[in-house]
Amino acid sequence: MNRVINLSTHVLAILWALPLFGIIYMAFKDTKVEGFSVTIHNFIEAWNSAPFAQYYLNTFIIVIGILAVQLVTITLAAYVFARMNFVGQGIVFLLYLVQIMIPIELLIFPNSSTIAQLGIYDTKLAIMIPYFISAFGIFLLRQTFKGIPYELEEAAKMEGCNRIQTIWHVYVPLAKPTYIAFGLISVSGQWSNFLWPLIITDSDSNRPLTVGLAMFAKASDSGAQWGVVAAATLFVILPLLLAFFLFQRQFISSFMHSGIK
Amino acid sequence: MRISERMKENVTSWLFLLPSLIFLIMFTLYPMIKTAYLSFFQSDLSTDKPIFIGLKNFKMMMEDEVFRKAFINNIWFAIGTIPTSVALGMVLAILVNRKIKGSALARTFFFYPVVIPMVSAAFIWLFFYTPEYGMINKLLTLFGAGELNLLGNSSTVLIAIIVMVIWKEAGFFMIFYLAALQNIPKDLIEASHIDGASKWIQFRKIVFPLLMPTTIFSFVIATTNAFKTIDQLVVMTQGGPNNASNLLLYYIYESTFRFMDYGKAAAATIVVLVIMVVIAAIQFFGTDRKIHYS
Amino acid sequence: MKKTPIVLALLLLFSMLLSACGGTDNKGDSSNSSGDTINLTWYYPVNVGGEVTKVIDGYAEAFNKEGIEVNGKKVTVEPVYSGNYDESMTKVQTAVKNGKAPDMAVLLSVDLFQIKDSIIALDDMINNDSEAQEMMEDFFPGFMLNSQAEGKTWSIPFQRSTVLLYYNKDMFEEAGLDPEKAPTNWDEVIEYGKQLTKDGKWGIELPATISGYWIYQALALQNGDGNLMSDDGKDVYFNTEEAKGALQYWIDLSKKHKIMPDGVLDWNTVPTDFIEGKTAMMLSTTGNLTNVKNNANFEFGVAFLPGKERLATPTGGGNFYIFKDIPEERQLAAMEFIKWIAQPERAAEWSIDTGYIATRQSSYETPELKEYTESFPQALTAMEQLEHAHKEISVYEQGKIIKILQDAIQAAINGDDVSEALDKAQEQAEELLKPYQ
Repeated sequence: MNRVINLSTHVLAILWALPLFGIIYMAFKDTKVEGFSVTIHNFIEAWNSAPFAQYYLNTFIIVIGILAVQLVTITLAAYVFARMNFVGQGIVFLLYLVQIMIPIELLIFPNSSTIAQLGIYDTKLAIMIPYFISAFGIFLLRQTFKGIPYELEEAAKMEGCNRIQTIWHVYVPLAKPTYIAFGLISVSGQWSNFLWPLIITDSDSNRPLTVGLAMFAKASDSGAQWGVVAAATLFVILPLLLAFFLFQRQFISSFMHSGIK
Repeated sequence: MRISERMKENVTSWLFLLPSLIFLIMFTLYPMIKTAYLSFFQSDLSTDKPIFIGLKNFKMMMEDEVFRKAFINNIWFAIGTIPTSVALGMVLAILVNRKIKGSALARTFFFYPVVIPMVSAAFIWLFFYTPEYGMINKLLTLFGAGELNLLGNSSTVLIAIIVMVIWKEAGFFMIFYLAALQNIPKDLIEASHIDGASKWIQFRKIVFPLLMPTTIFSFVIATTNAFKTIDQLVVMTQGGPNNASNLLLYYIYESTFRFMDYGKAAAATIVVLVIMVVIAAIQFFGTDRKIHYS
Repeated sequence: MKKTPIVLALLLLFSMLLSACGGTDNKGDSSNSSGDTINLTWYYPVNVGGEVTKVIDGYAEAFNKEGIEVNGKKVTVEPVYSGNYDESMTKVQTAVKNGKAPDMAVLLSVDLFQIKDSIIALDDMINNDSEAQEMMEDFFPGFMLNSQAEGKTWSIPFQRSTVLLYYNKDMFEEAGLDPEKAPTNWDEVIEYGKQLTKDGKWGIELPATISGYWIYQALALQNGDGNLMSDDGKDVYFNTEEAKGALQYWIDLSKKHKIMPDGVLDWNTVPTDFIEGKTAMMLSTTGNLTNVKNNANFEFGVAFLPGKERLATPTGGGNFYIFKDIPEERQLAAMEFIKWIAQPERAAEWSIDTGYIATRQSSYETPELKEYTESFPQALTAMEQLEHAHKEISVYEQGKIIKILQDAIQAAINGDDVSEALDKAQEQAEELLKPYQ
């Protein structure tokens, strides 16, 4: 019985890995020759046919930009919800909950016109701005902050720290694992974002990797060019896969962390 | 003195909330209200200025065959993806939670699809599904089934997309279950060993109930995902053939950006929002308090 | 408390920094025309295989070196690749709505009615410019069919095409057919197809996504003497006997005669199938000619579309549009660029690079194109077929109506009754067109 289960684990794992091996095979296969022979020609062609370096840079700026602002906004809000009392607390808390219920992705129609009204259509800021807060991050961090002994805050107060200093010296260091968890989730999520940047950008100087890939693949998706598209797909997923394989433990524990409420 | 303390706390609270509140209002709250308002107006290529038409957008939408198809497809899509990927997540978690050779590697393989973007996943599977080239067709021909144009047939296209999404999502839920499994106290399991309970009874009576909060949590996430992700449609099918793979958000996307029919897009957005609220209500009132955010 | 304002200020500063990184590489707004250059933004689509983006970038570079001036300001152009035709249309409409209209765009010639409010009629500009007049007279008349409406000219032909029959000569020979004789009518297609279909290889493939409706229009045109719509774009004729017969023929190719694969075939994979030798014939755009030429490792031929009642093909492809919400100076500059890129030699070069038909009649007198067509006579076929060209379907609410038509075609391919599918499409389209009548 146990052996059957072990075997099925392995079979399933191989099944799950097949698409990855498939795309790697396609990307390295020389289509001009019968049978299989390894070539990096596809990668060179893909790299030369679209500004992937620019796309990398754009994705990098967007992902880091979003995370940087998020860290500020969620820290402040999480602290308020964890430790402070104020008029209207209940209702405001509910407003933040709305964002958990209704993901921003569903609001592409009204948000695209808001972007237009702000006059920032086709900019990196337009891609980033709706994601400047994360209600999910706020609730995650609030939970952590609540678990930090109140005595520590009082001690900080005694030493003359104001609230900002208290947050910075007491809460932030102690919540480091939560920040890492949130950071990984935010970065991998934003790296993958597609529909919103597709809608809101027009130029190569702002397009992230995902949109660049789709545009590129559509332009060359004919003839014997599939190897090239496979290579371009690998461009997009490689950094994520590398990061994942290198920091697998952090990744998995981050996602675990976020699942426990 | 005390009053001024309280004042100060209030002011500080609001100041701290301000940065996040601005963006929350701009991109979540205000758009919802605006959409609700716009859904009462006709605003498309044939109108210069929006015209108030009451509930007619909703009426027209209900009569629109494409919308009905997208709605029904979305429900089938949800039914197809949610229970399967959550259940599979649980099974995978139990499998890799055992200390056997290669379980760490297996865990890696189950989880990597979660990390990669949906767009690239869609391209990968596009290769698999295309007749004449794709691996799936090579397998099918091996079994003598002949070639199948999976994405070109109304009857198979949605299933093909569901399979891909399950592949992509199951690992995500696996992680939640892994976390939950590792939190089950060892002595509970051991106690049942002493009682001589079989593995199956052990699972059914002890493990499964303890996993319930995770299951509900996963269900909620999977349901939201079933409505908010359409990247794969943009890449693979454009909702076709004949709308057989059209989903609600794709319908909104096309109405807004391809047909410039804003009234319709607003009405369809409202429908999706209502679905989301209903799901949230079920989560809030229908379940154990333990998995609340509060 | 003391530091709160500082944090807020930092946040503000930060968001300003972020907006700056988006703002610096902003293109195309009027600020660019201050000083002594006019930098035009040009949206263009790529609907076919091959490295078209590189060719376009090459043109822009050459043009920018040219030093053409308007009002004493140097004109430069920045091409922006915007996806396939559908996506480009989406992009342009969104940009216009957002007050960021490009200066010019290449869009389907048939999108005219959908964007007429955002573009300018070109007649005044042409009448004041003898070069432009000369250019207009030199275009193949077939390509002007979709440019005109309400007695005005709205767009200028650029990447123009017709539907072509591509066939694999090697496979013809293997099947015992004469490789120099393509089928000339529907019955021959079936007859040839039956001989060609074997060993997992197909006789013919017709794509039904992206521009599939256009392939269908060719069949509908061949099956009678009418078209699918009225000239003013306010009526459609989807459920005539001719239209129904054409769709039935399409379905029969796979369901009855078994010479075409089942199901909806993708616009992009049909040429791949042809290049890989999975199908002996295909209907596709002339725009794929160069792609097939470069990638096929067998002898292939192209031919006029097989006829039924008559030989016929719709014209297709993209035209230049100039947008309304930009200063007149920029509109004039856009016209200068269009004139530059539409020169006979350049149109010839574009044709050689892509397979699209050179838009100017005099292009075929240039040494480059003469030499090219001698070594590659297939390139002439498309031009010669123009004699049988008709107006491509172009109506108000183009986006929605094309979707309705394409959905009907796909429904029929998936087993719906042909007649009912087209009746329904007709009814839905009429409903949409009512406000315009």
